Amino acid sequence: MLSLAFYLLFLLVFVVFAVYAERKTAAFIQNRLGPMEVGPRGMLQTVADLLKMIQKEDIKADAVDKLPFLIAPIIVFVAVFAGFSVLPLNAEVAGSNVSGGLFLMLAIISLDVLGILMAGWASNNKYSLFGSMRSVAQIVSYEIPIGLSVLCVVIITGTLDLQKTSLLQSGRGLIDWNIIQHPVLIIPFLIFFISGLAESNRTPFDLPESESELIGGYHTEYSGFRWGIFMLSEYGMMLLLSIVGAILFFGGWNSPLVRIGSWDLYTMTSGTVWGTFWLLSKALLLVFIQMWVRWTLPRLRVDQLMSLSWKYLTPLSILMLFICGIWKLWLIS
Amino acid sequence: MSYFKNISYALRTVRKGLTLTIRYFFSARFKRNKRPVTAANYFEAENGTFTVQYPREEILVPDHGRYKLHNEIDDCIVCDKCAKICPVDCIEIEPIRAVEEYGKTSDGTPLRIHAAKFDIDMAKCCFCGLCTVVCPTECLTMTDEFDYSTSNILDHNFSFSKMTEREINEKKLELEEFQKEKEAIKNTSGAEKQAKPVMKKPAGKPVFKPRPIPKRK
Repeated sequence: MLSLAFYLLFLLVFVVFAVYAERKTAAFIQNRLGPMEVGPRGMLQTVADLLKMIQKEDIKADAVDKLPFLIAPIIVFVAVFAGFSVLPLNAEVAGSNVSGGLFLMLAIISLDVLGILMAGWASNNKYSLFGSMRSVAQIVSYEIPIGLSVLCVVIITGTLDLQKTSLLQSGRGLIDWNIIQHPVLIIPFLIFFISGLAESNRTPFDLPESESELIGGYHTEYSGFRWGIFMLSEYGMMLLLSIVGAILFFGGWNSPLVRIGSWDLYTMTSGTVWGTFWLLSKALLLVFIQMWVRWTLPRLRVDQLMSLSWKYLTPLSILMLFICGIWKLWLIS
Repeated sequence: MSYFKNISYALRTVRKGLTLTIRYFFSARFKRNKRPVTAANYFEAENGTFTVQYPREEILVPDHGRYKLHNEIDDCIVCDKCAKICPVDCIEIEPIRAVEEYGKTSDGTPLRIHAAKFDIDMAKCCFCGLCTVVCPTECLTMTDEFDYSTSNILDHNFSFSKMTEREINEKKLELEEFQKEKEAIKNTSGAEKQAKPVMKKPAGKPVFKPRPIPKRK
């Protein structure tokens, strides 16, 4: 419960600064300055944008299907945010004590596809419907490689509990991380990262909302606070997948510092606050990589998106699952 | 085999793209040098942010750029040449002849006409710069000020005359009296002079001395 309350607050602060970071990253990559006017170096730009956004009228077009239209953003946000419930925060504060935590999380966050489909269909707008159709196809397709790549980790660690996964990687710092202990996990991590981008509808997989062709896709008809909830869930999804990636592959809340001679840097940088710090900084670094990718790669075509998932990522993740199984058997024997 | 070729192609291109963008990301620490368009290396590519935060910083304009007109009214002899050459008639001058030479410009040309009105409508101006070329005393110049947009088009009419309403009336009266006096003298001092026409010397002929234009910084 404590971790969920923390994550709710953190998510709100994160979205404000992630939007700012996103705009700054984009600007720097494109030789621009980005927001500079509101606050020191434009730091309060997102706050101003948020204030503007919540003042906006909540427009409901006459032709929309009222009930699904109104509850769709809530379903999307709840589905994404419920995923945070199983995440540990540090060594003391674990998430919900579910033995199949990781499985539960993957099951819950894939429910947001329902909300997106509802939003697009209820909008009674062809662009919105296109957006949500693409989104459903995309998320359903990428569930498979993401599930299989997570399964690779599960085979090796032997647990679905994220707190246990973190505990298994603690003790000696960097060298205990899954990705370093078990180098076979490098490819599953790449698959996880790519599918994660697709799951959170980020460029280069942002076909559901491609603003240039679908004018925002499934949230075209939304305005004001309801639109803000979609935005919040998108960034929430980014953060969630980054935290899960950090836990599964990069040691979770464990310090990356190793013991050098008599200097036990690892114990010096472990503890409740340090643990939270390490977990969130690893996750934020992954979020930065997501932004970096967004401003590098152009959007994929629909058929390219499907062939990437079904022809490349899925067979590769099945192969990696097999290899990880052999690795585990070889490790044990 | 194109399957594995595709994979390696995708990996190579993604890697190339990512290294390129991260290089740009880190080069955003630097700022591009601001150079005037006349600089020899103006088009040279340079890393760093390009943004000019306009009201706070400006791109340098060329020295010989043609922007807002300025008239140094103290040096103006109200010769009306600028108004005559102006292709779009944006200069409006109302001269009042002075009864006598009332001063000298900074280059020594005698001042013989008062400018009751010297208006330049920059909204009509076509920025050809002809008026500055014909100006004999070089009081009419183009400055480097280019940002003077307003929400009211009438604000684009710049008035350079320094004379007040009272001064204008005074000078007009003075001239009238002077002309009356002249008329009276003419009427009294014989009809013998009436016979031959007098070639009158035009008043206020400028002393034109070409001189090099000092380069503005």
